Amino acid sequence: MPIEFEAPKPITNAQFVLKTVAEEMMRPNSRYFDEHEHEIPWNYIEFMHSAMKAMGGNSLAPREPAPSSPPPEDERHGGDGGKRPPIGYQLIAAQMEALSWGDVGLYHCLPGGGLGAAAVHAAGSPEQREKFLARFHGDKPTFAAMCITEAGAGSDNSAIRTRATLDEKTKEWVINGEKIFVTGGDKSFTEYEKLGRGFIVVWASIDPAAGRAGMRAFVVEGGTPGVRVVKLEHKMGIRVSDTAAISLVDARVPFENILGSPTVDQNPTGFKKAMATFDATRPLVAATGVGVARAAFEFLKERLAEREIHVRYGLPRQKLTSIERDVIDMEIMLKSAWLMVIKAVWMADNKKPNALEASMSKVRSGDICTKITQKVVEMLGPLGYSREFLAEKWMRDAKITDIYEGTGQINRLVVARQILGYSGAELR
Amino acid sequence: MYSFDPTEEQQMLIEAVNKYAANDLRPAARDAEESGELPQKIIAKGWELGLLQASIPETYGGFGERSAVTGALAVEEMAFGDLAGALAVTTPSLFATPILLMGSEEQKREYLPRIVEGEWSPYTAALIEYAFDFDPNDLKTTATLEDGRYSLNGEKAFVPFAKEAQALLVYANLDGQTQAFIVAKEAEGLSISEEREKLMGVNALPLYRVQLTNVKIPAANRLGGESGCAFEQLLASMRIANAAAAVGVANAAFEYSRDYAKEREAFGVKIAQKQAIAFMLAEMRTEIEAVRLLMWEAAWELDTGREDAVKDAYLVSTGAADMAMMVTDRAVQILGGHGYIRDHPVEMWMRNGRGFATFTGLAII
Repeated sequence: MPIEFEAPKPITNAQFVLKTVAEEMMRPNSRYFDEHEHEIPWNYIEFMHSAMKAMGGNSLAPREPAPSSPPPEDERHGGDGGKRPPIGYQLIAAQMEALSWGDVGLYHCLPGGGLGAAAVHAAGSPEQREKFLARFHGDKPTFAAMCITEAGAGSDNSAIRTRATLDEKTKEWVINGEKIFVTGGDKSFTEYEKLGRGFIVVWASIDPAAGRAGMRAFVVEGGTPGVRVVKLEHKMGIRVSDTAAISLVDARVPFENILGSPTVDQNPTGFKKAMATFDATRPLVAATGVGVARAAFEFLKERLAEREIHVRYGLPRQKLTSIERDVIDMEIMLKSAWLMVIKAVWMADNKKPNALEASMSKVRSGDICTKITQKVVEMLGPLGYSREFLAEKWMRDAKITDIYEGTGQINRLVVARQILGYSGAELR
Repeated sequence: MYSFDPTEEQQMLIEAVNKYAANDLRPAARDAEESGELPQKIIAKGWELGLLQASIPETYGGFGERSAVTGALAVEEMAFGDLAGALAVTTPSLFATPILLMGSEEQKREYLPRIVEGEWSPYTAALIEYAFDFDPNDLKTTATLEDGRYSLNGEKAFVPFAKEAQALLVYANLDGQTQAFIVAKEAEGLSISEEREKLMGVNALPLYRVQLTNVKIPAANRLGGESGCAFEQLLASMRIANAAAAVGVANAAFEYSRDYAKEREAFGVKIAQKQAIAFMLAEMRTEIEAVRLLMWEAAWELDTGREDAVKDAYLVSTGAADMAMMVTDRAVQILGGHGYIRDHPVEMWMRNGRGFATFTGLAII
């Protein structure tokens, strides 16, 4: 295939459908749930669940156990039985961008396996996948979450202190620790009547002396005794998405719930696989940033158009107004960030190593998403700052895209190591 | 579909141009910059790569088909070697490509074979004018139709190889529209400055001021004949070429400063092992990638006849100018004091880097 920029039909179709979903089901709810933190958007969740079921489970939104796992074979091609190159990740990126344009917080409330299921998919055995992932095709909306961050281990998640020890008598894992910043942790763990039973994937060490080689992930079923959601964070933005702190005190988990080998070997596959999950999801998270930025950018252009301000593309910079220059700069940022996302996921679809491109797309998206939304609030003056409109919310929402799934700085580090050919030890 | 792989042919071309850029243009660049002269044999060698020839069909003496994507890939690679050299080698395209794209049948038959069949010869174009708010869509140079002939009046700046040029394509304002006119070197009223332009960078490229005083040319010399040309398409081609060259220069500066940072030691480690430097490099690489993808997209839009091409070419040219300045500035910064010394090329690339805000019109794909 030569260099081409034509969005494949499944992508343009998805964008078309999801725009309506965003406009009808997300935007009208944005403000309410921003102002009623920790209320669960049941109507939205139930609507999205049944809509996804009706459309075969994956046409409307990232398929379970997406967003990070490969979609089914038939979806991965242009719809002609496998003659064309796969587009699965591209499709997911487009869906995530479109839904984040609607509301990135509500996007995170989309039922499905999320990162928890992605970890099972990446690091679990075929039996584990079958056992843990079938639930996402059930009648009730069901969630799963990833518990990796701790108070003392954020970007440096090799510093995890949570311990898992094997009780030789009962053949159960006993887990102790405190996890924070668990996206969707409440909906995944707490047993709500309207939800199917979810799970959380808890990262813990089976041998602290072994460092990264001792790191493993465990599937902890919703409602497991000894595990408690101890706090729901109050956040700057994406308030509708619950961010839980979860404590595990002598939580007992069946032996077979460990993802990867139960013994420490020299090969730190468990940790590597966790990190591989992030490699795969980075451009997808970057896509959410692009979605938020586009929402703010389009809102700005609409307000300008109301005042008959139209950007005169083509004029020399010296003849442009400051507003026009800002809009043009934003458009350059936005378009290029999207192309970087698309390139990174296109590489993933075509099985090309994309660690550099994935991290670059995240760096770029975090940068431009925060810059654009901040600039839009500034340019719109009182309209931007007022909670009557959503621009100020998008600016608050946007900030998280430069933080979660690898801060802009961690991703710069990854990019730098790639371009310099340095290991983690050579460039700390 | 989306796809980011150049074709096999394009890949071969990129490698050939890259080899020329690395082995011929780059080693000659500093001397050429200081002396103001690029050796003719280097230009000739670049011409033999056949970039222009490959964009022109056999009917008109070439051996291929024009592709903006291919052109953009080639210009980036060549500018990676040296900007002035790249612009010198591709100067005949400034005249030939608009004729190929917009010329009348007679114009194509008259000019294209004689340009592409022989050795590199100076055919050129005059777009830029000497004003801080120069606008290619609002030229001060005018064309007026008088008694079946066009009369051209005005002043053009930064015209490559004007002195030696066999013919120039002069852009002028005809009833509010930018149109192009073929002007022979012997035309009466055409006056080319004795002195070359003295600029901040690209000193190896001979650029001249051109004065047009009642230059009368036959009506048939209007590009495209009676119906004229769609200038916005040509401008888009020039803007994409400008962006491609900017990416090439920026990438040269990025790679050079990256390699330097991996060699240079301070405080017991390579400076690239310091996050302050490593992060700069990461951002440079990211910005280059961003503009390169925009540039590819705009070129692809041009090739597939999409309306967006005109606007996107404008956006990428704008973005490329900012990016090239940022990246080349940082390259100098990474080398520190050494970057400021003319023994290293980064200071030259930084001076060239600022040029992309002004250079639209010096290259076309």
